[in-house]
Amino acid sequence: MSTVSSSGTPEGTPPHPEDGTRRSFMKQAGGLLGLALAPPLVAQAERLTAYSKTVEGVTSLQLKINGTVRTIQAEPRVTLLDALREYLDLTGTKKGCDHGQCGACTVHVDGRRINSCLTLAVMNQGKEITTIEGLAQGEALHPMQEAFLKHDGFQCGYCTPGQIMSGVACVKEGHASSDDQTREWMSGNLCRCGAYPNIVAAVREVAGKA
Amino acid sequence: MNNFSYTQAGSAKEATGLLKDKPQAAYIAGGTTLLDLMKANLEEHPQLVDINTMPFKGIEQTKDGLRIGAMERMSDVGENKLVLEQYPAISESLLLAASPQLRNMASIGGNILQRTRCGYFRDPAFPCNKRVPGSGCPALEGDNHNLAVLGTSDSCIATAYPGDLSVALAALDAVLTLENQKGKQRQVPVTEFYLLPGKTPQKENVLEPGELIVAVTIPAAAHARRSTYFKVRERASYAYALASAAVGLDVQGGTIRAARVALGGVGTKPWRSPEAEKALVGQPATEATFRAAAAAALRGAQPRKENAFKVELAQNTLVQALMKVAG
Repeated sequence: MSTVSSSGTPEGTPPHPEDGTRRSFMKQAGGLLGLALAPPLVAQAERLTAYSKTVEGVTSLQLKINGTVRTIQAEPRVTLLDALREYLDLTGTKKGCDHGQCGACTVHVDGRRINSCLTLAVMNQGKEITTIEGLAQGEALHPMQEAFLKHDGFQCGYCTPGQIMSGVACVKEGHASSDDQTREWMSGNLCRCGAYPNIVAAVREVAGKA
Repeated sequence: MNNFSYTQAGSAKEATGLLKDKPQAAYIAGGTTLLDLMKANLEEHPQLVDINTMPFKGIEQTKDGLRIGAMERMSDVGENKLVLEQYPAISESLLLAASPQLRNMASIGGNILQRTRCGYFRDPAFPCNKRVPGSGCPALEGDNHNLAVLGTSDSCIATAYPGDLSVALAALDAVLTLENQKGKQRQVPVTEFYLLPGKTPQKENVLEPGELIVAVTIPAAAHARRSTYFKVRERASYAYALASAAVGLDVQGGTIRAARVALGGVGTKPWRSPEAEKALVGQPATEATFRAAAAAALRGAQPRKENAFKVELAQNTLVQALMKVAG
């Protein structure tokens, strides 16, 4: 499957309305949907809380990434991964398989590691998203980044951002207490170069210091 | 992936109502199965209804047993202390599945509804009775090394549920709570939730249009506390089962008082085996008994050219699992 057809957008060019008639809009379901679905006896106050929003076409989405709220104009079908890479130029997060099988797209949402290719940007509004770009403190690398350099935890480097994000979470979860446990709990991140022994060494070193 | 509208459901009633009116719409929770299927052009939905706001949460002991809300995540349930101690097969089935990232995302309800990994189903270039009813099944004589040997039909031999959790749920007599658009709930045992393919492999379970899984309840029992999930894969981790077994035993004085057996990876649905259980109950907890039970479980197997190995593999898998709990 090509990435172009799946996202409906050519690489690097986020969709913008071609003209003024294709407006972004957010529709309160209290309108059409509410009319069709509201049980007649539901109190107004309850209706306001009970019915939520429907989003169609290109709309304004707000994502809090690495501590900063960013706004993009995107369709609901845009994944969090594509939002990061194609709309926000945060290309540290990689697209490998785009089906949750390789882990290259691993980011943290509300402190938990996830595959950003299998969640929609629209679903992640109001959450704390951390990407590889958010790990270092200025020029000071995160200990996991340092450990990957020290142990040569990569060859081509494509899986590395995902490995590092997963490694940070793995240590925080307490799942890096032995080499075997580390291998099992890092198994969602594939490395086709085969740098696994060095990746395990890097994660174990950080776990030992934690 | 086709374009769609996205609705964040404010209530279960609204969510089920939306799908009742629009059968082509779909619920989204973790998204790990649904978005994968939509990206592969295997499913198209004009509307997605986000049910993450639904209050179907909690992992708690009730008078009927352990109740798990359908919106709980695989990782949280798998590492829950109560589940680990009282229902080890459930915990193991969750933690041996997928990857840590996917387990952080995937909901319990969505896990139960994941769809087959049959290569012919997943490639729209091929006919598939499950995807396009009546188009045929190339798997019957084709690449079927990872497909089912139990519960098959001339229309479909896919392991329709490729996962792990429902195998453990089927073994331990779990019951699903389903809710429709009228707010009405019904209880369906996991063993009756999935349908055999027969002539209608496109119909995989008993869910009505718009109906939601809101919870799963697993009865407390001695055999649940002494249960395990054993999984055999093509690689050590992060792979679907070639064969798996969820078993629970209540052994007293060396004699098996109660037994629960279900197999994964070999049936067209999570495969509870009353035949194996019958061969276990009242017998000594020995390898000979386990071998006899395993033979009984696979007696009706209909292997094909490339998956005949599963008959022996499943038996050995089951024996290993029983040896572990008999320990």
